[in-house]
Amino acid sequence: MSTAGIPGVSRRRGRPSPMNRREFLKTGAAASGSLVIALHFSTLKPSDALLGAGAGEFAPNAFVHVGADGAVTVIIGKSEMGQGVYTSLPMILAEELDADWTRVRCEFAPVDPAYNHTVFGIQLTGGSTSTWSSYEQFRKAGAVARALLVAAAAETWGVAPQDCRTENSFVIHDSSQRRLPYGELARKAAGLKPPAEVKLKDPKDFKIIGKALHRLDTPAKTNGSAMFSIDVDRPGMLVTLVARPPVFGGKAKSFDAGAAKAVRGVKEVVEIPRGIAVVAEGYVAARRGREALKITWDNGPMAGYSTAKQRAEYAALANTPGIVARHDGDAAGTLAAATRKLEAEYELPYLAHATMEPMNCVADVRADSCEVWAGTQMQTLDRITAAQAAGLKPEQVQLHTTFLGGGFGRRAVPDCHMVLEAVQVSKAVRAPVKLMWTREDDMRGGYYRPYFYHRLAGGLDANGNITAWKQTLVGQSFLIGSPFEMMVQKGIDPTSVEGAADLPYSIPNIHVEVHNPKHEVPTLWWRSVGHTHTAFVVESFLDELAHAAGKDPYELRRALLAGKPRQLRVLETVAQKAGWGTPLPAGRGWGIAVHDSFESYTAHVAEVSVSPKGEVRVHRIVCAVDCGPVVNPDTIKAQFEGAAVFALTAALYGEISLEDGRVKQSNFHDYPMLRIHECPEIEVHIVDSTDKQGGIGEPGVPCVAPAVANAIFGATGKRVRRLPIRAEDLRSI
Amino acid sequence: MITLSVNGKREQVDVDPGTPLLWVLRENLKLTGTKYGCGMALCGACTVHLDGEAVRSCVTPVSRAVGKKVTTIEGLSADLSHPLQRAWSELDVPQCGYCQSGQIMAAAVLLRENPHPTDQDIDEGMAGNICRCGTYPRIRRAIHRAAALAAEGRAR
Repeated sequence: MSTAGIPGVSRRRGRPSPMNRREFLKTGAAASGSLVIALHFSTLKPSDALLGAGAGEFAPNAFVHVGADGAVTVIIGKSEMGQGVYTSLPMILAEELDADWTRVRCEFAPVDPAYNHTVFGIQLTGGSTSTWSSYEQFRKAGAVARALLVAAAAETWGVAPQDCRTENSFVIHDSSQRRLPYGELARKAAGLKPPAEVKLKDPKDFKIIGKALHRLDTPAKTNGSAMFSIDVDRPGMLVTLVARPPVFGGKAKSFDAGAAKAVRGVKEVVEIPRGIAVVAEGYVAARRGREALKITWDNGPMAGYSTAKQRAEYAALANTPGIVARHDGDAAGTLAAATRKLEAEYELPYLAHATMEPMNCVADVRADSCEVWAGTQMQTLDRITAAQAAGLKPEQVQLHTTFLGGGFGRRAVPDCHMVLEAVQVSKAVRAPVKLMWTREDDMRGGYYRPYFYHRLAGGLDANGNITAWKQTLVGQSFLIGSPFEMMVQKGIDPTSVEGAADLPYSIPNIHVEVHNPKHEVPTLWWRSVGHTHTAFVVESFLDELAHAAGKDPYELRRALLAGKPRQLRVLETVAQKAGWGTPLPAGRGWGIAVHDSFESYTAHVAEVSVSPKGEVRVHRIVCAVDCGPVVNPDTIKAQFEGAAVFALTAALYGEISLEDGRVKQSNFHDYPMLRIHECPEIEVHIVDSTDKQGGIGEPGVPCVAPAVANAIFGATGKRVRRLPIRAEDLRSI
Repeated sequence: MITLSVNGKREQVDVDPGTPLLWVLRENLKLTGTKYGCGMALCGACTVHLDGEAVRSCVTPVSRAVGKKVTTIEGLSADLSHPLQRAWSELDVPQCGYCQSGQIMAAAVLLRENPHPTDQDIDEGMAGNICRCGTYPRIRRAIHRAAALAAEGRAR
């Protein structure tokens, strides 16, 4: 089946594009043999990275195409995983283009340096950065296209361009009452030289940006036509499932494929570095074939390991000196002299992303080319990986990005294992191959949010003021040893300590340390990354200190955030909207939390009740967000509604645990998801803001678990210090 | 050979009768709007109609579909005109979209059996369908909206 014209698949063929320095600043073989990539991070402003100094390279045609029929196609290098870039990025461009929004479509880009992230320097979607990092780029791309269309019309009419204006995909010359649609001007505009400078609109003149416009992908997602990589079909395509070691770090010692090959529909059994691949005519045959494989495993160093052992190891490690991530004043001395000292341990499990579309990838390796279809967040690395595995040059690899059936970080995998395995199998069997993971493979396959253990101590003086804060974090780093290792500065992995090392509260003595033990369990960023655990711990322990000091948790936060206007604004907004402090029905409790992540500021209030058996019911979640200037307010609301459900799932249910080296959970019966009947009322309030734009995909997650846990304390007087929340910790009968 | 009626079309497939209907739809008939999510009837992503009843096609042997009318998301309407599709669009329900075929197919049966469901009816009728993106608040509103659109259609 051809994928041309099917929503969700890029049709545009990538221009042959040799890797240049921008795409791939430095590659080399590290000791492990893995790729090492130098990215330029965060200090660059978006405009400097792609548009500023190298203005001559600015290519408006990379982002927008105006057809002779007037259809406007916006080409995005970002991946759509539900977060709305398929709509918000076209909105930004269409605004400056003055396009007729009803004629705007979106398409996914091929892999090309033109689509590199303006800050990260490679093509990837992550870190809740898509909108702000593309904002100026897409505005300029639209403005340049508009200027060319105006120039084409002015030339046609023999008038001055500055006497023309644009509206709804028309160029209009008012004094002569003439107008031409963009479609009729497209050919002429294509032959004109783009201007070096364009003037962007005053935001007060925006007609598209800031409006709650409908998503462009909704129709395709309500009639079954949206194409995910799992839906891709190629002539002669085979389906493969891989038998992987049951214990992380294990490997196959020997295997017998005889019975597997006898299964109807099984074509081949091939060994690849990560396991034994059964290749068959379809999914069912591949699954039956894999079940028939006889494999002897070497379970490796994690044989016999368990979550209980890990907890004990981490607790012991927290007693030893770690790497100092923050040191203000003298926390140890102040704690020793404090009127009152509180100590607590917090624990959070491994978490699976559990995207609804399990991991999969389609690859078709030929002698001199390779095509890959992937719902991926990391195109540049995927293409390089595919090329290496196929024995080809990157420019011989064409990667098609499809819609992603959920991402949450799981499809931004630095080792590119999905693409790697699909290419290895396709090369081995010389046929197009769809490599699939079953739900069980997906649940047990690792790349989890790391297990984290925190130890805290807080000191209060005689007036109940917080005078000292000490926090030790223990958990795996997934950056150390990865192509993203350059993000680790002075031994500190920011994804371990973000949200803790940058504690915003004015406490005079703060000390934060981190340990990053190593295990064979692959870990990864998981929607809101370090903030998933730091916000829970920080906001819970602050609540403990507030109650110990006899202070209102909201008022204490307000006092400690004096001079932090963005935090204060969301905190005060959420308290007011939720009616903080007003009486609740009997048996219910309030909880509040405030946090900033991905340059956005958020605060949540939760209202819960707890049954005598310890069952938690979350009735209502109210949130406030300041993410700077808004592109599509409905997208923000949708992301915050969804993030609340995602975070509640983790708080109430999420746990991947190890027993005898193996992952205990396997599917949705033992790794449950929040369902519609458990979904609380969710209110989202967007704070008007002209401050720096921040992210939206992730920041709705961090405050939910602590707001709920704090509300449980409000309702029961019981403090939740380990997730998921367990009825056995809360029952009163 | 097994003969099926899918979205009003007669289809013949050469598969083992125990093969789950899901894989026959997706791999043999190329109707990929119906999704694989769990393989154990836990998530609802594979929901289709058999003679108008919602079934989880991932655990339904294709033999059970013989002699019955199979309807998939592709057969719900030719032009996005079904009240549920209109409501889903009005409220921009989908995020990643992967579970939405199953949500809509489950909701279609709910509305046929109960044209004016309460929130509680919706919760009960839709509890078998997981949405990892958390679109539940919008699914609830969209089902109410679809109920209203369908009533308007009947009144005309």
